[in-house]
Amino acid sequence: MALSKFRELEFSLMSPELVKNMARVRIVTSDLYDADGYPVEGGVMDPRMGVIDPGFHCRTCGGGIGDCPGHFGYLELAKPIIHVLYTKFVYYLLKHTCRKCSRIMTVAAKSPKAGKKSTATAAKCPHCNAQQKKVTFAKPYAFYEDKEELSPMTIRERFEKIPDGDLKALGIRGGRPEWLILTLFPISPVTMRPSITLEGGERSEDDLTHKLVDMVRINQSLKENIDIGAPEFILNDLWELVQYHISTYFDNELTGVPLARHRSGRPLKGIVQRLKAKDGRIRGNLLGKRVNFSARTVISPDPRLSINEVGVPEIISQELTIPEYVTNLNIKHVKELLRSGKVNYVLRPDGRRIKVSEDNKKDLIDNLTIGWTADRQLQEGDIIIFNRQPSLHMVSMMAHRVKITPYRTFRMNPSVCPPYNADFDGDEMNLHALQTEEARTEAECIMDVKYNIKSPRSGGPVIGLDLDQISGIFLLTKKTTLLSKEDASQLLAEAGIEADLPDKKEFTGKELFSMLLPKGLNMEYKANCCENCDDCTRSGCEHDAWVIIKNGEVKSGCIDAKGVGAFKGKIISKIDTLYEDSEEVKNFIDRAGRLGIAFLMRRGFSLGISDLDLDSSVHMRIDQEIKKAEKESNILIEKFKKKELKILPGLTAEASLEAQIMNTLASGVSNVSDIIADNIKKSDIIVMAKSGSKGSMINTTQMAAVVGQETILGKRIKRGYMNRTLPHIRPGDLSPMSHGFVSRGFKDGLTPFELFWNIMNGREGLMDKSLRTRKSGYMQRRLINALQDLKVQHDLSVRNANNQIIQFMAGEDGVDPTKSDNGKINWKEYIV
Amino acid sequence: MIMAAPSKIDILKHELVPKHEILTAAEKKELLEKVNATEKQLPKILDSDPVIKKIEAKPGDVIKITRKSQTAGETVYYRIVAEKTKHH
Repeated sequence: MALSKFRELEFSLMSPELVKNMARVRIVTSDLYDADGYPVEGGVMDPRMGVIDPGFHCRTCGGGIGDCPGHFGYLELAKPIIHVLYTKFVYYLLKHTCRKCSRIMTVAAKSPKAGKKSTATAAKCPHCNAQQKKVTFAKPYAFYEDKEELSPMTIRERFEKIPDGDLKALGIRGGRPEWLILTLFPISPVTMRPSITLEGGERSEDDLTHKLVDMVRINQSLKENIDIGAPEFILNDLWELVQYHISTYFDNELTGVPLARHRSGRPLKGIVQRLKAKDGRIRGNLLGKRVNFSARTVISPDPRLSINEVGVPEIISQELTIPEYVTNLNIKHVKELLRSGKVNYVLRPDGRRIKVSEDNKKDLIDNLTIGWTADRQLQEGDIIIFNRQPSLHMVSMMAHRVKITPYRTFRMNPSVCPPYNADFDGDEMNLHALQTEEARTEAECIMDVKYNIKSPRSGGPVIGLDLDQISGIFLLTKKTTLLSKEDASQLLAEAGIEADLPDKKEFTGKELFSMLLPKGLNMEYKANCCENCDDCTRSGCEHDAWVIIKNGEVKSGCIDAKGVGAFKGKIISKIDTLYEDSEEVKNFIDRAGRLGIAFLMRRGFSLGISDLDLDSSVHMRIDQEIKKAEKESNILIEKFKKKELKILPGLTAEASLEAQIMNTLASGVSNVSDIIADNIKKSDIIVMAKSGSKGSMINTTQMAAVVGQETILGKRIKRGYMNRTLPHIRPGDLSPMSHGFVSRGFKDGLTPFELFWNIMNGREGLMDKSLRTRKSGYMQRRLINALQDLKVQHDLSVRNANNQIIQFMAGEDGVDPTKSDNGKINWKEYIV
Repeated sequence: MIMAAPSKIDILKHELVPKHEILTAAEKKELLEKVNATEKQLPKILDSDPVIKKIEAKPGDVIKITRKSQTAGETVYYRIVAEKTKHH
């Protein structure tokens, strides 16, 4: 078929002449196939309207199944029919044109919308002075003039009389208003409504074909009835039926029109239904493309993989292919791949694609020459893009190396969960096999996980250890941890470090951890377990919270979330800046994670309800503390009632009382927290809170002793009844117990009131979360769209797509946060 | 439009108004060469801007603005004075 360029595209109505001229066939019968099963000429499946069967050629253009675009036919309607999708416009035209002379109902042929008063209410035509009647529109396609129905015929006659000069004012361009009423109907090409052959040779026709058959059949019968001079009411019934079939052909979801159904009772799909909604042509096919060379499955964790690897199930690796261009350098290799069945297709230079099978394998190996392409299966070490939706980030899509694994899930190192925001409760992720050398190179050089550890947002790491990995490292690097040589070498082996241990009987955990660090690493920082003492003794810290690393050796301090955790890890951040573009950070995270888990496995780690048991003396102290806080609150309330309460600046008396009660109770709870921290020191729950791996002292306190104040919108619980939260409480009671203070812990259990308040608070959190994520998500989307083509240029200026300067220096300081320490450059460290 | 009474305050001395300076023709040329940009690519400032009116800069003048910055401490920015469109 010849291609031609077009200069412009105009959307307008089709004239009957156009319908006739572009048609190849005049449809005269509703029969589809003759007795032999061949399509009937002049029927709706006329072979001149295109080919849908393989092996046949088009009677019109000679094209085969892929080449013939299909050709229109036309149907001569016995009586004119209103185009349903234009009924509103028909109504508009009827209202604004004269019923007698068809002129526009304004004087100077101005748009009827321009005038102040609607012309539809005008009593007389300004041109011929004819008395007007009120036109009404009854859905779906009936029009009345003072209760008398207007037939499509009359409407068409009126529209024909509208002078061309009035069209512009009526808002019509490129077309005639009478074309809104159909006289010739275009029969769509068979290629857009192919029939399918079921097993057994029975044909099943497309919904549109069914519709067309109905249309043609009723139209023929109407024509015959007119010819024999049938009574009016029969003609009108048939006319109405043709109108129905044509209308539902366009849109089968019209209000007021009964659904056209298939024999099975399923509603037929009109043209509108093909295009509309989620799975329609627009959203489903044009905007929603499917991607080749991709895979999707459930993810599961595998800490033995490196952070930039991904475990790919064997079955997936066999399906995904990468084109391998055969050259003199790799021809041997490709032949070997072919022999071992790792090639799915070969592509010859003449464009023929041959599927590799056991039968033709030998021939293909012999024939394979330079210039061919082999679609080989995914192999270990291939670079691919791994992605989890929603892809809000650049780190939602990163390049990983393939590792072929058994079973059916993608496996990933749990340390890469934070950037993808993934967990393993059933999450699925996508994988894309890269098809060109350019794509692979780009992925390798900029998308690899190892180059995306630091976030450009904060300048800190998004990848790091989590949970047990941190707990393990924390316990390992504690002052008291000593390991025998055997244990030490076991741990190192599990972590994947090959090194000779010095000839010593005992090793400290810090020594072991230091073996992961690169030589030349120097840093000093406060660990997560720092208690924020008033007089910090720094290196003499009694909690071992002052970390000193000299030349890659931990001299003091515990390594915890502040050192190796995701988002916080200072050590990770430092190694990343120091050893830019190397494997150093990647190896550190891999090994540290494995070391942490290995150590924790040996030590054992568990907690139970009994960890929260407290001595009765401790219980007494806690009760006293809570009672004291409540008593103080009650004193505040008394003072408030006597109007003696200290009023805080900027607050009303009521607000001052609330603020002071909240403060009193909060400090009471915090005192309890301190008591608990002193009394359940041995539990692993404290290890987690201190190392920052999971949970906090607040959680521990809430479980063991007191949940504290429940809030709604940051205030004590106030809602419920008039002046009271629940019907069991006296009106006007301001005491802590009646406004959401929970004085018990989860372990001992809450009273029904307390539980209710706790749930109120919980529900607020839930709603807040879902509302906030939606709001902020859309806000971010708008920002991204507004800023998408801003780019940092080589001179560090920021410019838009028109090369206009937005910033003379990116971020005003020209610093790339991913190459800095949390957005800053600590120049002192680099000078010494 | 109601015109505000002429201000008794020197806005240039206000804490929140950064330092604005008009570049000489030579400085302007040097800047455009340095940042490799034409006048059209520079950020604009309207001649109706209070500071521009005050320092009596004319359309086409380039203003050097020295202001405080969270990231860099102090930063310079350049804007070219643009005429306010009539029907605005």
